[in-house]
Amino acid sequence: MANEENEATDSMVRFEKVRKFYGEIEVLKGISLNVSRGEVISLIGRSGSGKSTALRCINGLEAINEGRLHVCGRALHDAHIDLRALRRDVGIVFQSYNLFPHLTVLQNITLAPRKVRRLPLKEATDLALRVLNQVGLFEKANAYPSELSGGQQQRVAIARSLAMEPRLMLFDEVTSALDPELTGEVLRVIEKLAADGMTMVIVTHEMAFARSVADQLVFMNQGIVWETGNGDMLRQPRTEELQQFVGSGL
Amino acid sequence: MLFNLTPEQFFYIFRGAGWTIVLSMLGVAGGVLLGIPIALARVSRHTWLKRASGLYVQINQAIPLPVTMFVVYFGISIGGYTVPVLVAAALALTVNAAAYLGEIWRGSIESVPSTQWEASESLALSYVQRMQYVILPQALRISIPPTVGFVVALVKNTSYAVVIGMSELTYSSRVVNNTTFQPFVIFTIAAGLYFMMCYPLSVLSLRLERIVRQA
Repeated sequence: MANEENEATDSMVRFEKVRKFYGEIEVLKGISLNVSRGEVISLIGRSGSGKSTALRCINGLEAINEGRLHVCGRALHDAHIDLRALRRDVGIVFQSYNLFPHLTVLQNITLAPRKVRRLPLKEATDLALRVLNQVGLFEKANAYPSELSGGQQQRVAIARSLAMEPRLMLFDEVTSALDPELTGEVLRVIEKLAADGMTMVIVTHEMAFARSVADQLVFMNQGIVWETGNGDMLRQPRTEELQQFVGSGL
Repeated sequence: MLFNLTPEQFFYIFRGAGWTIVLSMLGVAGGVLLGIPIALARVSRHTWLKRASGLYVQINQAIPLPVTMFVVYFGISIGGYTVPVLVAAALALTVNAAAYLGEIWRGSIESVPSTQWEASESLALSYVQRMQYVILPQALRISIPPTVGFVVALVKNTSYAVVIGMSELTYSSRVVNNTTFQPFVIFTIAAGLYFMMCYPLSVLSLRLERIVRQA
């Protein structure tokens, strides 16, 4: 796409000294971070380390208080940011799936393509079946979310995001609500996306998965980026905090 | 002659019951039409809309319905208009029911989990689209049992129209009593008729509640 070639950098997400407060409490204490096109980044760290908050800032679910944040060429620190336009480019998958319970799988997936991208029903349906096939749930198109297992619901949620044909995908602890035996089927879908070159930011507690899928690991602690590196970082932590985290997590 | 009442007297009471039904339907229709915008205003992001609708609800929940009946009825006549008491009673019921229905529906909308807002927001749906396709369909299911429950209360509340002299069931019963002097018999008949109108609605409300809970 010409538009993408014209962009000055290959950066999809760029945090520059971003700070975020909930009232008096500072949850992001000046984080800087870059995600390039095609890169997979995994945010790891304890609960309360700020990793989910950082992720939610990327699609504007949380507003930042200080610093600069660029996502897909748009400035989120700008008060006039068009969040709807941003969210057409950025998909997010949540821990609790958040499918629409009153709609079928197919309707869940076609809603945004039809209403936001204004695709005709036929085209939206074809698209939905294609992404459903991608997550291996072609035959569940007419089921309701309540008829599916947690793992299947999460794969539908991924398909729903993919149907918007996003340039960037965010995953917020997407396997944390799943039984261990269902975790694998969701992780395999994400690995496939990584192999297809999707740019992704993944918040996860699955250390083995993070190490295998991510190009870059980011260990967050107390609201700051504490340590970054590739998969080897988990074997040879430079900081005591990461060492403790790895020790308790594995 | 049953209960020492003439057929004409029976007919007069039944006609009152008919007007009670008409008034109820007008009250429900008006309450729904005005209640929907009030509920939407209550959950709106615009502070002044939220406040204005909140004030409307507070005021109307604080005023007894018979007083609202008087205010509406005499308010219209001060304005130089004469309207049938049915219209005045229906307007007063509308004003009152809209406040209660608006609150019921506000609660229903707010009980849809906030994660549904987040998910639909993240898919780039606009506020109106989120409401229309995601939030309201779910809120509707939640709201049906309490709404039907309120309609039962509204049917009984139509009896307050007696204060402005509308010939609904309570009024017509009183008129017949004034000539027959059998208050116990006549108001027992009236009670039976109110029961026959409200009981099916109560059963419906309970049944809907069970269905919604199962789903």
